Amino acid sequence: MAVERFPVEASHILMFARAIGDSNLIYSDDSHAAGTEVGSIIAPPTFAQASAQFDPDYFLRPKDGQKWFGSGATASGTLSKEPKEQSQESDDEKSGSSAGGLHAEQHFTYHRHLKPGDVLSAETKPGESWEKESKRAGVLKFSESITEYRDQNGELVVTARSVGVVTEKVIEQ
Amino acid sequence: MGLSAEGLKVGDSYSELVVEDLTRTQIVQYAGASGDYNPVHSDEKFVTEVAGYPTVFAHGMLTMGMTGRMLTNYVGDGRLTYYGVRFVNQVWPGDTLTARAEVAAVREEDGETLVDLTITTTNQDEKFVLTGNATARVD
Repeated sequence: MAVERFPVEASHILMFARAIGDSNLIYSDDSHAAGTEVGSIIAPPTFAQASAQFDPDYFLRPKDGQKWFGSGATASGTLSKEPKEQSQESDDEKSGSSAGGLHAEQHFTYHRHLKPGDVLSAETKPGESWEKESKRAGVLKFSESITEYRDQNGELVVTARSVGVVTEKVIEQ
Repeated sequence: MGLSAEGLKVGDSYSELVVEDLTRTQIVQYAGASGDYNPVHSDEKFVTEVAGYPTVFAHGMLTMGMTGRMLTNYVGDGRLTYYGVRFVNQVWPGDTLTARAEVAAVREEDGETLVDLTITTTNQDEKFVLTGNATARVD
């Protein structure tokens, strides 16, 4: 992932704070924020993840002119087969397509907190990858990526480390 | 305002109910705000018929975000220097989550006083859905 321009905007922070159920005025009210230690609206600690909105190639967002893998007329826009036929696939095939990627870990190191008016860029580099055997989910394949968020002055503001996992079987708890 | 190091000791804890009866609508709200539209979080037809799960489930990042509310309410706004988690179990619609932070250490680094916290978020069945750590500046 490379994001060239991630403008941090007050309305986006407000929507994000609402989505995580956080009514703290530091995320929405300028005059309240002005009287606090931080002095202005800031973004919630996990907001950097919303840079996905500004990644032109982000694969978990439907894009104009491209087939989306979620349901429309059929259960998946990228499968031509009807769902009934799919269920006849072997369990192996099914888990292969279904288990897909899950988010295993997320870490943020804050050099400073984001605020409206910041214009960030983000560069992601692959980290380590490893495998683990799990009774519940079969072979787990982990892979790490490191994203550095820099502000309009080129200063490093947030470092994110993300670990994704691809499971052999669906985890149903 | 942050926490005061004075009187803060290892084992101190703080917890908050961060969501009661999680709704599918809140999951959709998070998809819209974060930009992560993975259909496993909102598309019942896809998630049951193609992905093979019993129903839609929350983004791990929604659980991390809701847990973050507990953290910032505890340590103060703009005080975190690190926040990292593992997603250990899925979060489903209808779940009620409680997030808890426990003081693991109070220490000095580069002239600042920091608190290290151990974080857990549990569901209504007392099952961990998230475990992690955070570090914050304290007064």
